[in-house]
Amino acid sequence: MNEIPEVIRTIPLNLYLYFSTALFCIGITGVLIRRNAIIIFMCIELMLNSVNLLLTAFSAYRSDPNGQIFVFFIMAVAAAEVAVGLAIIVMIYRNLRTTDINILNKLKW
Amino acid sequence: MTGNLFYFLAFLTLFAAIGVVVSKNPVYSILFMILTFFALTGHYILLNAQFLAAVNFIVYMGAIMVLFLFVIMFLNMREDTEQHKPLMSKIAVSIAGGVLFVIMIAALKDVSMMPVDTANFDSQIGMVENLGKVLFRDYLLPFELASVLFLAAMAGAVMLGKREPGEHNRF
Repeated sequence: MNEIPEVIRTIPLNLYLYFSTALFCIGITGVLIRRNAIIIFMCIELMLNSVNLLLTAFSAYRSDPNGQIFVFFIMAVAAAEVAVGLAIIVMIYRNLRTTDINILNKLKW
Repeated sequence: MTGNLFYFLAFLTLFAAIGVVVSKNPVYSILFMILTFFALTGHYILLNAQFLAAVNFIVYMGAIMVLFLFVIMFLNMREDTEQHKPLMSKIAVSIAGGVLFVIMIAALKDVSMMPVDTANFDSQIGMVENLGKVLFRDYLLPFELASVLFLAAMAGAVMLGKREPGEHNRF
């Protein structure tokens, strides 16, 4: 019942580190490369998820539940953020008929 | 066997994440995103974090992705609605992302992780029972604050989504 899971015995923690880094960099590239505000939002979700996975991996390897609690809170905050952000995007679309961030540059200095 | 499963899930996650970024059609991006979350749920199960796997499945794949898909369909986006950046800036951004990846890998290469503490290892920490105990004993205040956050988010979303009299809407 209390034996170490096989993935922890066979996969070193560094692999999770590299994998999460790759996922995070894909998310950053997506934020910079796309112009649709919704896709940018989804790429932010990708970055959040890469951090979630890394926290879970650390927590599981150290057998410390606090990391998984943090992941739970990150998920809760992400859900609230998505609800408000999508409402803002829908509002902007109703006024401007677009979600292209090159048109939404009103905050540009 | 588990090692192969890890490599397969990692490959699937990265493939789907790249698919999110490069898909022309936003609906395909959402579908790739769902595949990414599916693979991540597999990772959580592999790591023996059942509670997080269930929450990831329900919250992300169930709620958030339906919200995204609904908004995409509501706004009636097609492939031609997004103007694409010039090729030069795409290449520059890809190089920037790749360089960031290389730098982070180089920085993390020599990190030596502590070996797994086999004597005091508890494989049951990811179960609902143990996480619930920690959540309601040590993290009760943040948990309650999260509910206030959800209330504020709900009220904010309703307020933002409401039509205002001066708004010129043509739906």
